[in-house]
Amino acid sequence: MIDPVHSLLLIAVIAGVTALIRFLPFLVFHKGTPKTVLYLGKVLPYAIMGMLVVYCLKDISITGSTHAIPEFLAVAATALLHKWKHNTLLSILAGTVFYMVLIQLVF
Amino acid sequence: MRKENNTTKPGRSELSSATRPAAGHSGSFRSTVRYAFLSSLPVMAGYLVLGTGFGVLLQDKGYNWLWAALMSVTIFAGSMQYVAVDLLSGGATLIAAALMTVLVNIRHLFYGLTMLEKYSDTGWRKPYLIFALTDETFSLVCSPDLPEDVDRKNYYFFLSLMNQCYWITGSIIGAVAGAALSFNSAGIDFAMTALFVVIFVEQWEKTKQHLPAILGIAVTVACRLLFGTESFLIPSMLGILAAMFLIKGKDKKGEGGNER
Repeated sequence: MIDPVHSLLLIAVIAGVTALIRFLPFLVFHKGTPKTVLYLGKVLPYAIMGMLVVYCLKDISITGSTHAIPEFLAVAATALLHKWKHNTLLSILAGTVFYMVLIQLVF
Repeated sequence: MRKENNTTKPGRSELSSATRPAAGHSGSFRSTVRYAFLSSLPVMAGYLVLGTGFGVLLQDKGYNWLWAALMSVTIFAGSMQYVAVDLLSGGATLIAAALMTVLVNIRHLFYGLTMLEKYSDTGWRKPYLIFALTDETFSLVCSPDLPEDVDRKNYYFFLSLMNQCYWITGSIIGAVAGAALSFNSAGIDFAMTALFVVIFVEQWEKTKQHLPAILGIAVTVACRLLFGTESFLIPSMLGILAAMFLIKGKDKKGEGGNER
């Protein structure tokens, strides 16, 4: 845990910006939305989710001791399980347990 | 896509069919709460589990259940709270946190746009309804048909409130259980990765236009290799924005070849 004051500030910023985004349409976009905003709203969610996946995996190293094999295996397993069953909770739970088993017992 | 629905949808007639104009409070209070509860059950399952995951992760970084509760009360945005665990434990700067929040939550703009009309007459409930408009709540409130004896505005309110209660409860359970149970938690962070992989797969299957998703990954990987783990996030976000405008320009050129 880092400095509690900075933690509180971070939470305040995240909460404030989240609320701002949720309130913005009701405050601003009563009549027509700028085309640029519409376009970004269409494409950004896809790009950002890709970014977040990479962000989660930022600490892996191909040249490290495990060569990032557990991470790639677990991501593949999670994605395949989800493509197969389409059950969000099952995919997350099974993927996480699989990863924990891999790094605790196998690698 | 949702935006298109919004502009073409006959919002007014839908409103008047859901509320009986003569009676100010149509629908009985009891059946409204009951209907809201029944509608919320799938979200209950999801939020309890995902909230628990969030609580466990947060606790794992040294933040107790009070922090989990504080975040679930004030932020109430699922994937953002998972990201926030990382921002907190990594001691991110406030600017980086703000930028990250904008990008992760930008989709909420469109939930708001879709609900402009339906939420327009909700009175004192309106600020809370807007605050609590998560992905899951949105998916429920944007479905049009309600039974005759259900009061639309109170339905929105109780549904939103119940959903947030599940989320708060889940995150407290996770933080408390994570602290009480002593198990080898190594690798539990992967829950966040798995969550985003799952959403990524869902989004991938919903569209034929895969370029934004591919660019999101490519730009971020490139920035990670170029800038290192500590400072690649902001360049990635700027790079993604630039890339999105770049492919937009290309689209226009392709379509508008005979424009001039």
